[in-house]
Amino acid sequence: MLAVYIVGGIVVILLIFFIATYNGLIGLRNQLRNAWAQIDVQLKRRYDLIPNLIETVKGYVKHERETLEAVTKARNLAQSLSSGDVGARSKAEGELSSALSRLLAVAERYPDLKANQNFLALQEELTSTENKISFSRQYYNDSALNLNNKIQMFPSNVVAAMTGFKLGEFFEVKAAEEREAPKVKFT
Amino acid sequence: MLLVLGYFLGLYFLGSAIGGLVIALLVWGIMSLIAYFQGDSLLLAVSRARKIGRDDNPRLYNIVEEMKIASGLEKMPDIYIIDDPALNAFATGRDPNKASVAVTSGLLAKLNRDELQGVIGHEMAHVKNRDVLLMAMCAVMLGTIVILAWYATRVLFFSGMAGGRRSSRSGEGGGQIIILAVGIVLIILAPILAQIIYFTISRKREYLADASSALYTRYPEGLASALEKIAASPVQLKSANQATAPMYTVNPFRQQGRAASNLTSTHPPIQERIRILRAMSGVSLADYDRAYREARGAKAGIAPASALALDKMAGAAALRAPSPEAETAEESPQKVERARETSDMMWRLSNYRTVNCSCGTKLRVSPEFKGDSVQCPHCGRTLSVKV
Repeated sequence: MLAVYIVGGIVVILLIFFIATYNGLIGLRNQLRNAWAQIDVQLKRRYDLIPNLIETVKGYVKHERETLEAVTKARNLAQSLSSGDVGARSKAEGELSSALSRLLAVAERYPDLKANQNFLALQEELTSTENKISFSRQYYNDSALNLNNKIQMFPSNVVAAMTGFKLGEFFEVKAAEEREAPKVKFT
Repeated sequence: MLLVLGYFLGLYFLGSAIGGLVIALLVWGIMSLIAYFQGDSLLLAVSRARKIGRDDNPRLYNIVEEMKIASGLEKMPDIYIIDDPALNAFATGRDPNKASVAVTSGLLAKLNRDELQGVIGHEMAHVKNRDVLLMAMCAVMLGTIVILAWYATRVLFFSGMAGGRRSSRSGEGGGQIIILAVGIVLIILAPILAQIIYFTISRKREYLADASSALYTRYPEGLASALEKIAASPVQLKSANQATAPMYTVNPFRQQGRAASNLTSTHPPIQERIRILRAMSGVSLADYDRAYREARGAKAGIAPASALALDKMAGAAALRAPSPEAETAEESPQKVERARETSDMMWRLSNYRTVNCSCGTKLRVSPEFKGDSVQCPHCGRTLSVKV
């Protein structure tokens, strides 16, 4: 009789542990997905801001056709890849970041442009959006790390293996030049 | 502690320990409920804060949103501005989904983007760590104990005037006197102990919020230089009072030049916080922990062990470069130089001594300072003060 109680007790404890761990994993995975959606929101915001920026800047910078086109091209490429996998996408977004920073660096040379209220407001929005992108990426990577730790570490790895959890993919910034926040120099 | 106090008070005044417990719990319960449901709006009303939207101050709104994303909060907190030239900020709200952040207009005017981000990050950390609720509950507990002890003293005093009615009636002595003695000791000690505990918790949470802010922004220098500016500002916040003090980024009652590193301060000394932030080699909680232990010479760190364990596996999160605005927000060098010369002259006129540290910091020493060495707030070197 005693043995039955002991075995029953162990089974119940294991069951509780299994449920708790499983729910924890689900929570972390949802957090990761939410973090991914957050990056998406900010990247979309950047796509929306860019046409406005181009419109505003175009009238002032007559001789910078290539820079403007590079930005538009990078934006369209990034947008078309937005349903693709993490790796290709982060590369395209990195390129968009550097194209944008070149444009804003060029804008430095036009004092009239820098006096434009519209441009200043856009500048604030763009700076902030860049920050939000990097912060949401940061949070996404932190979430991916948490999930991966849970999946790989004992004892939760047993539950993860049984229920088939996949490792979260990190949002990496590829080249060294992309690693730097776009040098948007506003004087 | 509340319960023990209530127990003995009840034993003595009501003749039943249960009665005392019930009263203590009742007072505490009512105050907790008020604090829980009305605390944030009361605090905001007392501080005369006004709510702003995105269009009122896009920059502040954006920075708060950035920090919201970095900290992984689910809901955007309400943003309030207090019209006051003093430099300070606080966070309130009983849970992360119903939080508010308030900053003074002085802070908005004086800090650049990175610094503001550091301060907001600190406040967001308070929200995320549920410090607001914790501190509110601690404050209520403290308040209840103080009120109970205060009334007990009154009653004791007046019943003493009336000829010790109670003790003369129950003449059997012994037990009653012991209870009375313990009661009196408790009445005196409980509020003091409660306060010390309260302040200790409060200071711990401040360090933790600093650490989290560094982690969120990946840029401890932002908060460090914001704290430096705040420390240098002589203006005190008008609308703060003793009860709301722990909510602020820096203690609104600090006095210039006084090291507030004692048991009765809600905030750690600001210079120490700056030193710790500057001594960080990375931005993870482990880095802050190490810097904290070095600065305090303490064995125990500040961050919870579980957070540290996770953190170590993450490897050191990289520091980021200052935002471009930080570099350009400074005025032209000549102008700064001129302003410095003028202010140096003003300081000399009021008998302040100037000490140059080899890290480039210039310290001003008050004529009232009697010691012969000071510690540089920037790099931590000890410098001798020559008259």
